[in-house]
Amino acid sequence: MNDWPLLTLLTFTPLAGALLLLRVPAPWVRATGRCISALGLLQVAWLLTRFDTSSGALQLVQKVPWIPSLGVDYFVGVDGLSVLLVALSALLVPFALEVAGAERAGDRNFSALILVLQMALFGTFTALNFIHWFLHWELALVPAYFLIKLWGREDRRGAATQFFVYTFGGSVAMLVAMQAVYLAAGTFDLIQLRELAASGELARRLPERLPGWGENLGLLLFLGVFLGLAVKVPLVPFHGWLAPTYASAPPCVTLLLTGAMSKMGVYGFLRILLPVFPHQTQTLLGPLVALAVITILFAAFAALAQPDLRRMLAYSSMNHLGYALLGLLVAMDPAARSIAGASAATTALSGVVLQLFNHGLTAAALFACVELLERRTNGVSRFDQLGGLRTVAPVFAGLMGISVFASLGLPGLNGFIGEFLIFAGVFPIAPLAALLSLIGLLVSAWFLLNLLQRVFQGPLVELGRSFTDLTVREIVTLVPAVTLMFLLGIVPQLALAFINPTIQRFFTPLTP
Amino acid sequence: MLAWTLYLSFAAALASFGAARCCPALSRWIALLSSLGGLTLGIAGAWALPSGGGLLTLVKVPWIPLLGAEYHLAADGISVVLVWLTGLAATAGVLFSWNVSHRAGEFFGWYLTLVGAVYGVFLSWDLLLFFVFYEIAIVPKYFLIAIWGSTRREYGAMKLALYSFAGSAAVLIGLIAAYLLVGGNTFDLTHLSTRPLSEASQSWLFGLIFLGFAVLAGLWPFHTWAPTGHVAAPTAASMLLAGVIMKLGAYGCLRVALTLFPAGLAAWAGVFGALAGIGILWGALVALRQTDFKFVIGYSSVSHMGFVMLGLVAGTSLGLSGAVFQMFSHGIIAGLLFAVVGRMVYDRCHTRNLDELSQQRLAHVLPFTAITFTLAGLASMGLPGFSGFVAELQVLTGAWTRFPVWVAIAGIGLIVGVAYTLRVIQLVFFSGETTVPSPAPSEPLEPISLPEKLGAGMLLTATLVVGLYPRLLLDWILPALQTPLFAELRRRTGW
Repeated sequence: MNDWPLLTLLTFTPLAGALLLLRVPAPWVRATGRCISALGLLQVAWLLTRFDTSSGALQLVQKVPWIPSLGVDYFVGVDGLSVLLVALSALLVPFALEVAGAERAGDRNFSALILVLQMALFGTFTALNFIHWFLHWELALVPAYFLIKLWGREDRRGAATQFFVYTFGGSVAMLVAMQAVYLAAGTFDLIQLRELAASGELARRLPERLPGWGENLGLLLFLGVFLGLAVKVPLVPFHGWLAPTYASAPPCVTLLLTGAMSKMGVYGFLRILLPVFPHQTQTLLGPLVALAVITILFAAFAALAQPDLRRMLAYSSMNHLGYALLGLLVAMDPAARSIAGASAATTALSGVVLQLFNHGLTAAALFACVELLERRTNGVSRFDQLGGLRTVAPVFAGLMGISVFASLGLPGLNGFIGEFLIFAGVFPIAPLAALLSLIGLLVSAWFLLNLLQRVFQGPLVELGRSFTDLTVREIVTLVPAVTLMFLLGIVPQLALAFINPTIQRFFTPLTP
Repeated sequence: MLAWTLYLSFAAALASFGAARCCPALSRWIALLSSLGGLTLGIAGAWALPSGGGLLTLVKVPWIPLLGAEYHLAADGISVVLVWLTGLAATAGVLFSWNVSHRAGEFFGWYLTLVGAVYGVFLSWDLLLFFVFYEIAIVPKYFLIAIWGSTRREYGAMKLALYSFAGSAAVLIGLIAAYLLVGGNTFDLTHLSTRPLSEASQSWLFGLIFLGFAVLAGLWPFHTWAPTGHVAAPTAASMLLAGVIMKLGAYGCLRVALTLFPAGLAAWAGVFGALAGIGILWGALVALRQTDFKFVIGYSSVSHMGFVMLGLVAGTSLGLSGAVFQMFSHGIIAGLLFAVVGRMVYDRCHTRNLDELSQQRLAHVLPFTAITFTLAGLASMGLPGFSGFVAELQVLTGAWTRFPVWVAIAGIGLIVGVAYTLRVIQLVFFSGETTVPSPAPSEPLEPISLPEKLGAGMLLTATLVVGLYPRLLLDWILPALQTPLFAELRRRTGW
């Protein structure tokens, strides 16, 4: 069974499912969607059992020539950086389909678009050739655009377009930059590019093969790729699309946008930007770290000021991904070359990958709660119209409360260890950045407790009189996510076992 | 056996949450039995400690190999004394919450979670695990205040949570720094204490970590969460808050700051000694001016915790044993005082305003309450025979050589303490008309119930027994101070 093309099958299952959905009779749509997403989950479960956690190397690799003239291969594989993100994508899609409810999940277009998005996610997290990777990266935009445009709130058109233009603009910059890299290196293979960059070969070839661009070509190319990724994460000042998009998309879609799609950006940093441009990253490290810290602080204070549940959680997501970015940038610091520093960098990077998974889980659970809440309030998510809901919906309050505390980074729940590892890694290398980011952590505790108070405490609002607690089916949907939060909070080794060997292997050639 | 205090409390918390829907009345029995069980386990388990108060490892298994963190529980004499305090305060708290009917299942669920986390802090021997339990304790106290509290409860809950988080952030920085500077990829307290750092790094780490923990211990001027939090909290929660939670902060100062960075003490003793001294006097003076009965007790807690901090920064054997003794003693006495104010008086008279309370001579209506409060007040003043006397005597003697000025100020604080205690006893119980004022209340006040009597009796006995025979605690505390953990501190402060 070792030759079984598991990753390829995994990637194309949702696509086949989406096509199938367009054909099945209407009453079967929801059941079919469930089966397809469950099939993805089963495949990922199998993938996790076959994954050798001790090696840290690329696994389940499949490499077939695809466009030989450009040196493009169909090249897939997973390692510790990606395997949890693949698992996350497999988990969140059935979750989103359940949360979306009978009406939407029974709509064949909605379900099919979600499945196409899942295919793009699987593809992005498994592809190891830039062109192949980029294809899936761009493909993800299409279902996301239509999901926002067709099922969003009243301001959806503008939001969908803004989202598309922002991310597309970033992607074009990235593509152009990577073409130049190809011209110099002669390959789009991300693994080969990493080796070329680590040996200094790429830096030597750039001016040689692309004369006339001056010495700073490397930096220029770096900025192009950086732009594409930074928009997706997003980093300040490329976050303009974030709040309108998350506020307008239906929460069951936002769940996937923030839970899985935003991870594509951070993953791009880990898979492409840092390996291919290690020197450039180090040259610009100061401003980049500053940007990450500003993102953390800005997003935390912006969240504090939001009058709306959706928008507050949007900025909260941005805040949490800021920590991930801070961790991975600081790990590139030349100071990390010393022995103690190297172990700090490994700690930070392990924390970053763990944080990606944890944030995906927690943010998805929170937006799922928003979806369930809005279904009962006819779409109202403004704080001034909410309050006192705990009295009428104690189970809902409990489950959402746990998710909020997980997001806040409370020990015992999943968020804590990831953030702790990041801080433990960042501190010895960049103490000032860590101190400043700690303020973000405090502010996030503040706004998240505020959220709980405004939604669940105080006198019961008019809207709340018809508010009903969760149904058994909804509880069954949320409980696995909450269980996973506890499980990973108490036994983080479950996830770290997958991540850490790869980080140790991957990090060594990165610091020149 | 000690480790089971923790598991029992968490299991009981789950059971209590589970019972919330079907039979909330069951949850108070779950709470009572598990608290009593915790107390029994704590007392029985203590005998396993080597040489009276030495270190006993309870559990030690790998937890996060990447960081070298372990699930490592251990106890020495100091932990054991505080475990007893937790058991006593928790049991008494349940007895004084017997009348909670509003969402009782959840109330006791949060209550027991808090108790479990407190046991966890007192028994953790891995610094990261310690921090985890320390943080977990913040959540239940937030909910206990925000849901079941009274005066300005949301404000009180938020203020307490934010102060706690801010303190924790300082602790977190210090903790990571200590972990990295010591090296060895472990959070084991014994290991961390045997690898002394450079004087300079010990100095700033001590300041940071001591300050972070001192926020929770109510050190002036970071104490302002304490009175508002205590007043807003429901009775059982304020008993635990003042009785046990503030001790978590002091315990952190002792267990982490003093033992891991003993060299920092010299640099900071002056500052923190001054703050402790000011806190003692300030808390007492403010308590004297309050018009709300519960605020009086709230500020008296700040004042009494000042003694703990003063004993700690004195750094002498006598100061430290006095500080631990005071933690136990104040835990019991503050619990009792808050029980009288919140449960016996406020639940019946529906006011805590001293002017209104002084209209009727409560001693006639509620004689048991008057006796309990008077005895507790005497204990709180530090009258010989009660535990407070032994504790404060040790602290003041231990701190005398190092901080004569602050000891003198603390002495003035003691006198003011007598004044505010007598003032409230007088106002609440012994002033006003001897006859019931007209128009007569439509119905007489509900008599003091059996659980209340049992709880009050238990706490009064504890303070008296420990006060009359201090060796009950000292025989555990003093051997613990001789363990290798305190070796460096002993060497530096010369005892």
